[in-house]
Amino acid sequence: MSEFVPKVDGITKNKIEKTAGPWREAWNGFKKSKVAVAGMGIVLFFILLAGFGFLAEQGYLGQNIGLEGINDQKLSDRLLPPSSEYWFGTDDLGRDIFSRIVHGARISLWVGFFSVIGSVVVGSALGIVAGYYGRWVDTIISRVFDIMLAFPSILLAIAIVSVLGPNLQNALIAIAVINVPNFGRLIRSKVLSIKEDEYITAAKGIGMKDARILFSHILPNSMAPVIVQGTLAIATAILEAAALGFLGLGAQAPMPEWGKMLADSKSFLHSAPWTMIFPGIAIMLTVLGFNLMGDGLRDALDPKMKS
Amino acid sequence: MTTKPLLKVEGLKKYFPIKKGILGRTVGYVKAVDDVSFYVNEGETLGIVGESGCGKSTTGRMLMRLLEPTEGKVEFDGKDLTSLSTEEMRKTRRDIQMVFQDPYASLNPRHTIEKILEEPLIVHGLDNSKERKKKVREFLEIVGLSAYHAKRYPHQFSGGQRQRIGIARALMTNPKLIIADEPVSALDVSIQSQVLNLMQDLQKEFNLTYIFIAHDLGVVRHISDRVGVMYLGKMVEMADSEQLYLKALHPYTQALLSAVPVPDPDFKKEQILLEGDIPNPANPPSGCTFHTRCPHKMEICTKVTPRLTEHDSGHSVACHLYSEQVDNDIKQLEGSI
Repeated sequence: MSEFVPKVDGITKNKIEKTAGPWREAWNGFKKSKVAVAGMGIVLFFILLAGFGFLAEQGYLGQNIGLEGINDQKLSDRLLPPSSEYWFGTDDLGRDIFSRIVHGARISLWVGFFSVIGSVVVGSALGIVAGYYGRWVDTIISRVFDIMLAFPSILLAIAIVSVLGPNLQNALIAIAVINVPNFGRLIRSKVLSIKEDEYITAAKGIGMKDARILFSHILPNSMAPVIVQGTLAIATAILEAAALGFLGLGAQAPMPEWGKMLADSKSFLHSAPWTMIFPGIAIMLTVLGFNLMGDGLRDALDPKMKS
Repeated sequence: MTTKPLLKVEGLKKYFPIKKGILGRTVGYVKAVDDVSFYVNEGETLGIVGESGCGKSTTGRMLMRLLEPTEGKVEFDGKDLTSLSTEEMRKTRRDIQMVFQDPYASLNPRHTIEKILEEPLIVHGLDNSKERKKKVREFLEIVGLSAYHAKRYPHQFSGGQRQRIGIARALMTNPKLIIADEPVSALDVSIQSQVLNLMQDLQKEFNLTYIFIAHDLGVVRHISDRVGVMYLGKMVEMADSEQLYLKALHPYTQALLSAVPVPDPDFKKEQILLEGDIPNPANPPSGCTFHTRCPHKMEICTKVTPRLTEHDSGHSVACHLYSEQVDNDIKQLEGSI
C-alpha cells in the first residue's frame, strides 16, 4: 500500500512523505531542551553501566577486568581511600566500591523500571475502568485510592514489606503498590476529559465496541501524562528502594544495592567518607537524570497535544 | 425520489435529572427535548433549526441512541431503534452515521486519516485490509481530497478539509441516513458553501437521507427539503423549506427569519426583536413555552400548551394564533376556572 504514487508534483510529495506523527513531533520538541537531553544522557549512561555490569558478571568480558567477584572480601584492603587500584576505595569488608556501584546500577534500575511498570499497568487499568464507566465503579475505585493516599507512602511500603518479608523483590512490589493510586488518579482524570471528546462520541456513532474505544482511542490519548509521570516515578521508586534498603527492608546483604551500601557504611562517615559519598552520588545522579528527562518529556508532551 | 418515511420519530423526550445534595436526590428535570415527533422521507433532507440549547443536538444524538431517550419511539427502516439491544443497535449504526460539528475535535489526533476512515469498516467487519485501503483512497477523492492524504494526521489539515474527512468517515459504511449536527457552523463562510455543495452532491450520488441540524437559517434553507423549527425542546413549526421561508406562521420562526441578514445595504426590513432570554429549560414557562417572548401573546398562551397541528398541507405549527380549536380551548379553560 505504500507503493501508492501520488498524483502530485515532486515538491508537494516530498513534503508529505516526511510528515510526522504525534510521537515524532514530541521527540522533536524534547530534543530542543538541552537539559532534558542531558538527563536522558545520564539515564542512558546508567543503563549502559548496568548492562556492562551484567555482562561482566556473566563473564562475557573476560577475566580480571576488576568487576567480577563483587562480594569478594579482602580484609587486608579494608576501608582504603580511592586509588588507581580501587577507583572509589573499598568498604569495611575490603570490597571494591566501584564494582559494587556498577552492579548496584542494575538493581536500582530494575527496581525503578519494574515497579513503575507494575503500577502503571494496574493503575491504568483501574483508572480507565473508573473513568470510563463512572458511577459506583468509580466511587469504589476512587475511595480505595484515597485511602491508600492517606498513608505516608514510605510507611505503607514498610507495612507491606513487613507483611511480605524483607527482600528486594518484596520491596519492588511494595513500591509498585504505593504508586498505583497516583497513576490511577492521573489516568482517571484524563479519561474523564477524553471520553467527552467528540471523537469518542464519533467512535460510538460508528458502531465501535467499548473495548475498542478504550484501547484504541482513549488509552493512547491518555498516555502522554503517564509517560511523564512514569519517568519521574522511576526516580522516586529508586529513592524509595534505597530508603527501604537503608532501613534493612529492601535488598539484603551482600547485594550491592545503593541504599543498602549507604546504610552499611554510615558508621564510617568520618573515617572513610568515600564509602558513603560514591553510592550517594550514584543515587543522586540517577534520580536527577530521570527527573530532568521527565521534565523535558512534560514540556514536549503535556501542554496539550497539538491538535 | 420516493416518499416512504425512512425515519419516524414519535413523542421523543429527554429529561436530564437535576441532582442536589450529598444523597443525589433528584429535585427536578431539565426537559431538553419534550415530546418531539417528525418523520424523514427517503432521499430528502430534513433541516432542524433553533437557538443554542433548544435540544436539536440532543434530538440528533437520541436518534442514534448516543443518548438514551427518556421516552418515545424512533422507527428506522421498519425497526424500532429504542427497543434494540445494545449490540443490535451497534450493528444498526452502520446504516445511520453522523457528521459532527467540530472538525477539530471529532477526529482522533493520534490516528492517521487512513486509520480513521478504515475504522468504520473494521468494526462492522467489512472488506479485507486491501479493499479497505483502496476504499479509503476512493472516498478521499470523492470528498475532494487526494489519496495521498491518507498517511497524514488530522492536525495537518484545515477545518474544511477535516470536515470533508468527517463526511468521508460517515460515508464509509454506505449508510442510508446521515445525521449532520451543525456540520458547517465551525467553518468559514466560504468553506461552508463548499462543504454544503459537497453534501448535496453526495446525496444525489449515494441516495442519502440527511437530518441537518443547524442554527443558521440560510444554511438550512440552502440544503433542506423540509425544515423543523425547535424552541425549548419542542418542535414549534414544520414545513416545506420554501413554504417556511415565504410564509412562516409561528411568531418565533418569523422572528428568526427577520434576523437573517440580507446582503443588500439599502434593504430596510422590519426586524422583529425578541425580548428577553431563552427561559431556563429546567423551569419552562407554563402553557406555550414561547409566551414570555411572544409579540402576539394572548391570555390562553400562558395556560394551554399548543399542539403541533397541520395548518396547510405539510405545514404544521404549534401556536394558538392558528388553532381552529382555540375557541374550544378557551371554553375549556373558562370551564376549568
